[in-house]
Amino acid sequence: MGALLSIENLSVAYWTAEGWLPAVREVDLAVQAGEVVGIAGESGCGKSTLASTVLRLQPADARVSGEVLVDGEDVLSMRWGQLRALRWAKASIVFQGALHSLNPVHRVGDQIAEPILLHEPDVGRDEADERVGDLLEQVGLPRTRSRAYPHQLSGGQRQRVMVAMALACRPRLVIADEPTTALDVMVQAQILDLLSQLVRELGVGMVIISHDLSVLADVCDRVAVMYAGRIVETARAEDLFGSPLHPYSAALSDAFPRIGDPAARYAPSGLAGDPPDLRDLPAGCSFRPRCPRAVAECAQQEPPLVEIVAGRSAACIRVGEP
Amino acid sequence: MSEPPLLEARGVCVDFTTRAGATARALDGVDLTVERGEVVALVGESGSGKTTLARAFMGLQRPTAGEVRLQGQPMDYSGRALRRFRRQVQMILQDAAGSLNPRQTVYESVAEGLRLHRVVASDPEGRTEADVVAGALADSGLRPPDRFFLRYPHELSGGQQQRVLIAGALALRPQLLIADEPVSSLDASIRGEILALLLRLRDALGVGVLVVTHDLGLAWNIADRIAVMYLGRVVETGRIEEVLEAPKHPYTRALLSVVPEMDRLEPEVLTGEIPDPTRIPGGCRFHPRCPRLADGTAERAGVADDCLGTPLEVLPASGAHQAACHLAAVLSRSAPRLVD
Repeated sequence: MGALLSIENLSVAYWTAEGWLPAVREVDLAVQAGEVVGIAGESGCGKSTLASTVLRLQPADARVSGEVLVDGEDVLSMRWGQLRALRWAKASIVFQGALHSLNPVHRVGDQIAEPILLHEPDVGRDEADERVGDLLEQVGLPRTRSRAYPHQLSGGQRQRVMVAMALACRPRLVIADEPTTALDVMVQAQILDLLSQLVRELGVGMVIISHDLSVLADVCDRVAVMYAGRIVETARAEDLFGSPLHPYSAALSDAFPRIGDPAARYAPSGLAGDPPDLRDLPAGCSFRPRCPRAVAECAQQEPPLVEIVAGRSAACIRVGEP
Repeated sequence: MSEPPLLEARGVCVDFTTRAGATARALDGVDLTVERGEVVALVGESGSGKTTLARAFMGLQRPTAGEVRLQGQPMDYSGRALRRFRRQVQMILQDAAGSLNPRQTVYESVAEGLRLHRVVASDPEGRTEADVVAGALADSGLRPPDRFFLRYPHELSGGQQQRVLIAGALALRPQLLIADEPVSSLDASIRGEILALLLRLRDALGVGVLVVTHDLGLAWNIADRIAVMYLGRVVETGRIEEVLEAPKHPYTRALLSVVPEMDRLEPEVLTGEIPDPTRIPGGCRFHPRCPRLADGTAERAGVADDCLGTPLEVLPASGAHQAACHLAAVLSRSAPRLVD
């Protein structure tokens, strides 16, 4: 039995006025059932494009190559009917910004019931309502909240509704795109607890996308760090946060200081410069212009992602040097 | 007598009337000071009142009771006085992309404040408007400044947009900057650069900075002092090291414990959210969510009745490490070494 999600050599490019923009470049990624995999990176690194391509939600004119298998089925080549069955029932997405993803004029219970009624024609209204109640309880809301409109709920409660909706058709794979961005720390902790608990109880596979490495370190088994469309490091979550190998992962990790660490007092850590223009990537390693460890050799070719020790890979020629 | 603080809130209360006619008390008696050259972090969840307090400090929100003082002078809410006041106190908003006019060049955005306040005409060094704009851009890390003059916001990265906002505030040579979540919409790698800029400005120009944030890591990175707010009150305040390394209030402790990289505290995820400010709980306002009351610690210390029934005093703005908590008060009386 293969992985629940298997992505191989995936590249996605968008057509823009200034030419092709390579948003995702040669990405490999696998997620097993019951596993939580994090994708970390900044805006424009390709993480959201990667997530939407898993459900073939990328814009129609995007150029896609490579392979995406969900539960062994090829998403990129499947017919429209199969794709429709795949979305919600096999894999679903929790989007960021619950306020904008929920319809303000429908009760949240009806919105959760909608995919159930659409995808499971033999389920009647009463059974769907029953399942909506169960789902709300599963995400820590009282059943009666199904009667509420989105504006009557707080940000955290709305995000819980989004999670309930993603689980409505009992998918095996859940993709959460910045599930806690814009939430308060305490509510963020509540939602992350909820997601971990659902993975434990339901055995789903989960992909969590975030720019906040510390959030991922907390809930993920493995984390992949993306920069300029490529994965530059993959590792077990605690290794990545504790001892990052790639200089970019190290910078991300340092950006969120350890409270109590005297070295971080009055010394916020950041990277000079901005991410590169994807239409005009620098020669060699795309992180080179911002890299504190760059040497002349880095300009020669884009370093491949190679295994450094078992289960840890990095795309940097300087990793492993003394 | 010592000099009065640069900016001071004294017993500030702000009430709002809801559509249903109820009175919501967004601020319920806040004392807080910011000194020259000092970075103070104002921390709390949504609904804690931190943004209302920042607005009161800007003169955008008139207190229902209490007052705001700049260098010892109570704030005057007439138009002319407010204009003078706002030259001294400038705000940096969180959403840089949304705060800049998309049809204005960087130069126009920075110069707008100068023209409103007629700064250039009265410049003691006789500098031109272009000199002042260039100086502010350079101070904000946009160098060489003339390369940015004719750019539009959409041509800039998020970090650069934030720097333009900071430059616009700096051009007026304020004594105090109020930064509302200055890095929350920025990418991780940019964040450090902007925070370092705020620190540099404090050191080079001696401005006071009030940073409004929910991010305790940010406070640890740059602030000298911290005030933790809950439901319209400051519940704990003190020097950063004191408050973040040895929190006294159970709320501060819980906030710290859920910072993902805090592995030395057992995570204490509070249930629910901040209550509705139209119905502030009696006794200690935190008691319905307090983990120390729920687990019986308060009962064993003999303060559970106080938690439920005795309101706490407003914390004075003294600079000492203090918490508005019945339990913390008992613990520090009986065994000060244990908590300090």
